Amino acid sequence: MVWTNAVIQGVLLGGLYALFATGLSLSFGVMRLVNLAHGDLAIFAAFMTLSISTTLKINPLVALVIVVPAAFIVGYILQRLVFDRVVGVDPAFQIVATFGLGIVIQNALLEKYTADTQGLNVGALKTSTIKINNAIGIGWLPLFTFATAVAVLGSLALFLKRTKLGRAFRATSDDADAARLMGIDIKRVFAVAMGLAIATVALAGVLFGARSSFDPFVGPARLIYAFEAVVIGGLGSLWGTLAGGVTLGVAQAIGRKINPQWGELFGHGVFLAVLVLRPTGMFGKAQSR
Amino acid sequence: MTDPLLQLDRLDAGYGDFQALFGIDLRVAEAETVSIIGANGAGKSTLLKAIVGLVQPMRGDIRYEGTSIATTPAHKRVARGIALVPEGRRIFPSLSVEENIVIGGDVGRPGPWTKQRVLEAFPLLTRLLNRSGEGLSGGERQTLAIARALMANPRLLLLDEVSLGLAPIVVRQVYEAVPVIKAQGTTVLIVEQDVNQALAVADRFYCLLEGRIALTGVPGEVPKEQITEAYFGMPASGGRH
Repeated sequence: MVWTNAVIQGVLLGGLYALFATGLSLSFGVMRLVNLAHGDLAIFAAFMTLSISTTLKINPLVALVIVVPAAFIVGYILQRLVFDRVVGVDPAFQIVATFGLGIVIQNALLEKYTADTQGLNVGALKTSTIKINNAIGIGWLPLFTFATAVAVLGSLALFLKRTKLGRAFRATSDDADAARLMGIDIKRVFAVAMGLAIATVALAGVLFGARSSFDPFVGPARLIYAFEAVVIGGLGSLWGTLAGGVTLGVAQAIGRKINPQWGELFGHGVFLAVLVLRPTGMFGKAQSR
Repeated sequence: MTDPLLQLDRLDAGYGDFQALFGIDLRVAEAETVSIIGANGAGKSTLLKAIVGLVQPMRGDIRYEGTSIATTPAHKRVARGIALVPEGRRIFPSLSVEENIVIGGDVGRPGPWTKQRVLEAFPLLTRLLNRSGEGLSGGERQTLAIARALMANPRLLLLDEVSLGLAPIVVRQVYEAVPVIKAQGTTVLIVEQDVNQALAVADRFYCLLEGRIALTGVPGEVPKEQITEAYFGMPASGGRH
């Protein structure tokens, strides 16, 4: 029964990892941009939420109605002002630009909030649990996080499949030049994609901040989990990203159950095993060009 | 005299430091069909890419409907009625055949080409609508690429090497679409290595040699030897095997 509980907790944790990974999957899928500041942007959102909820005296989850749209705008502007200059050129420029942005964010947060650890107080939601039996309990916050991840991924999948802009996203992802020949403004597509990517990672950052403590330097670790979830699930597949996040979460939970120090080790182990045995990931397509 | 629909004035273009086109002067009148012929590497595809905006001019001008479009982004040229059927078809593999058709009309102009009209003109596509864009045969992909471009209701349609890699019977079927397209009043600019095919449908032609226009004229009025000489850059008697 304790193993069942570990797997359940892993699945729920995987929802958070999938949420972190969604934006990364989107930005890489649409514009082949690897954003190394992705984790730092999540933590930036958590700090912004901390300030807004403290100033306005509102629950951090309520502050999401301000933070998520603001994050979309930040992503849109970042793409137009910074990332557009490094898309489609030598990947080294992407690494330098996004890594540099990450350092700027970390140091700006350090300057403003110091290196002290912080947390988002979401009240009783953080500690409330649905008790199944003596060995299994499901926290409302992890459940809410997982449901949010499924809702976000489902909405994005519908958006990509059913809307004209979603079709433009998929066409641009397939072949940006051919998309331009269809009259698609790919710079607008890129900017909207980055807006959505930053909005989803802001959501992930806030839910992470509600669950765990954070400081200005925990962003890069979130980036690594997001990368692992994307690679395990397979590039270009949103539902694969959820599967990747859940796989990573379960692997960590099982590792932690065996030995409290082995959680991350098991997660990285599964990631490496997928890279060796199935480099395209669980749901990824083989590259056709 | 009215302005030509498309006019290139002393156009130089290329990729980075590599110049592929040198001083191209070209005119295409409304409802005309013009072929650009030339050997591999002559600059034909670069010329079309410059017209649609995928390659930026180094010098010179591109005028369309009487105004310069040299700095107009590619996506805005589509909205103005310029569509390209690119070399290699460039079908979107993650879109269904139906989505590949429809996406061509998302930004285009209103006009006679609707999804229904396109399917009537290319009935082959009707049974493929739910298929993925990948896994189609060469002929199916080429037909789809033409249908997709027509959905934009172009005033100027550019066809880049549509016969490349296709069986002769399929090439014939693809070229049967050209009169149908012309009948709608669409101006067509064809780039083709298959000289006979290109000249058979053209009102006029230009022959490119190493990025420069080596010859222009009306098919049937220019002796074959002269075309061969312009195509290969050497006298016909010594150049053909």
